Amino acid sequence: MQLALPIAKVRHPALAFVGIALLAVALTALPFALASIGTAWVRITNLAILYCFLALGLNIVVGFAGLLDLGYIAFYGVGAYVYALLASPHFGLHLPFWIILPLGALVACIFGVLLGAPTLKLRGDYLAIVTLGFGEIIRIFLNNLSRPFNLTNGPQGITLIDPFRIDGYSFGKVHSLGPLTFSTPINYYYFLLVVLLAVVALNLRLQNSRIGRAWEAIREDEIAARAMGINTRNMKLLAFAMGASFGGIAGGMFSAMQQFISPESFVLVESIMVLAMVVLGGMGNVFGVIVGALLLSFVPEILRYTVGPVQNALFGRTLIDPEVIRMLLFGLALVLMMLFRPAGVLPSAVRKRELETRPAQAATGGRS
Amino acid sequence: MATPDTGVLLDARGITKQFGGVLALADVAFSIRRGEIYGLIGPNGAGKTSLFNVLTGIYPADGGEFVFDGQSLSGLKPNDVAARGIARTFQNIRLFANLSALENVMIGRHVRTRAGVFGAIVRDRRTRDEEAAIEKRAYELLAFVGVHRRANDLAKHLAYGDQRRLEIARALATDPKLLALDEPAAGMNATETAGLRGLLDQIRQTGVTILLIEHDMRLVMSVCDRVLVLDYGRKLAEGPAAEIQRNEKVIAAYLGGGITLETRRRA
Repeated sequence: MQLALPIAKVRHPALAFVGIALLAVALTALPFALASIGTAWVRITNLAILYCFLALGLNIVVGFAGLLDLGYIAFYGVGAYVYALLASPHFGLHLPFWIILPLGALVACIFGVLLGAPTLKLRGDYLAIVTLGFGEIIRIFLNNLSRPFNLTNGPQGITLIDPFRIDGYSFGKVHSLGPLTFSTPINYYYFLLVVLLAVVALNLRLQNSRIGRAWEAIREDEIAARAMGINTRNMKLLAFAMGASFGGIAGGMFSAMQQFISPESFVLVESIMVLAMVVLGGMGNVFGVIVGALLLSFVPEILRYTVGPVQNALFGRTLIDPEVIRMLLFGLALVLMMLFRPAGVLPSAVRKRELETRPAQAATGGRS
Repeated sequence: MATPDTGVLLDARGITKQFGGVLALADVAFSIRRGEIYGLIGPNGAGKTSLFNVLTGIYPADGGEFVFDGQSLSGLKPNDVAARGIARTFQNIRLFANLSALENVMIGRHVRTRAGVFGAIVRDRRTRDEEAAIEKRAYELLAFVGVHRRANDLAKHLAYGDQRRLEIARALATDPKLLALDEPAAGMNATETAGLRGLLDQIRQTGVTILLIEHDMRLVMSVCDRVLVLDYGRKLAEGPAAEIQRNEKVIAAYLGGGITLETRRRA
């Protein structure tokens, strides 16, 4: 059984402890190291952590329960707008973040159920198309709900969103502690890191539980799952609701960090990107999904800063527009990844076995 | 309604099911007593699996009703039927192929356990105790059907006979009152079938009633107390195994002959 955390399986507990301690120190020191290169990199890291939340949330729906969702970014948008509307001059509301973040999760959760309920009987391609439509509907609403009543301020988006504030400590301001300078992105980094650890623990526990097993059963064979007494309707709705809540929380944090949001942040490409993170990292494996999210967040950024200088160094001038070649290289990397590691960077044990043994399974007449 | 007979576990009354113009089940009635092994036989296409699917709520019946343990099963979904105490296996094995044998049986415990999202996340004492109990019971059931040595192997990597046994263990994990087996001996060799016969007897001894669809006549006649014969969706005969074996209509349905041709023309 894999009830325990993978870390607990390490043969030498002392070594594992040292490893965890080193990792903790590294993660604590990371933002200051990055800030010495440029504050932009701390911001990129923060966004990467947000994508980890999104990928982990989508992993519940796609990886655990096997429901292909192409409109996931809608929940991110819902969470972001809930935060923006309740903590900005737009309506003159300035509620504290510890009220709005859970509220955003709740609203996103309701939208998750709204999406889940009519799609309960759909699977695979059909479900993908409906969820894709749902994502677009939300975005178009955000874009157009400025009339007759100005709810979302249309394509201009919402500006001057409040940053997080804990008892007078505003995340939006620079704070000094001895020789250390806590800039805005660094403040958020620590907050995001703590939430990320909580979300990872939560995902691992969900996976190895009665609920997680029910999701896996639905993914493997829905009819058998129902015959075994699993209420597939409730379990699917639960997967949609849980996944959407994670998206909603991530959206709220995005709002506060950026202090400006517009419908343009919640387009279809974002949904596809998050799905690519889940698939590339290893569907169903919590750590794999995190690796996927980090890779797909950082690689394009690293390319952005290296493609131009490398060309200059090699040819003495810029031959191809860095912005074009960047996405070209990125796409190529994705294609190669899927060709050579179809189960992802860190495949879940189950997916790996599934892909390895597909021919044998076909031979014995098993269902795929 | 007839006099309530505490000896009857499942009472089927006028079960009818149509697929388009095809009458799959026509007014089928029978009753299964507690503790017996009840056979369901008939030529291919007789409606045996359709009857299973209607019983377990996969298809709604077009007419008639099942009364199980004193309560009607009308309108219940498959998961509700499982919760009432009917567990089934499938003609073409439907295991959770990419999960381990143990996990397959643990999923069978789902309907008899309670832990929700909160328990899963907080992992309180009750949830941990429940998890331990689920795992223990799953191991016991694997041992009961004799697949415990393969507990951590993937379901799809098990030998065919073991997959059949694992499916039975998974069904037993739901604590059924009635275990409905759809051709459990299909594809088994003589030794495996003999083993299955022993297993069926053992299951009966634990107090579980068994409804058995099977083509292997030797198995049916040796293990079943009573047998129902279906042909073209209609009840052809019902009675003790020995009587069914001598029933001329049944012999005709299986072997062909003048009587059968007459029957078919009418149907």
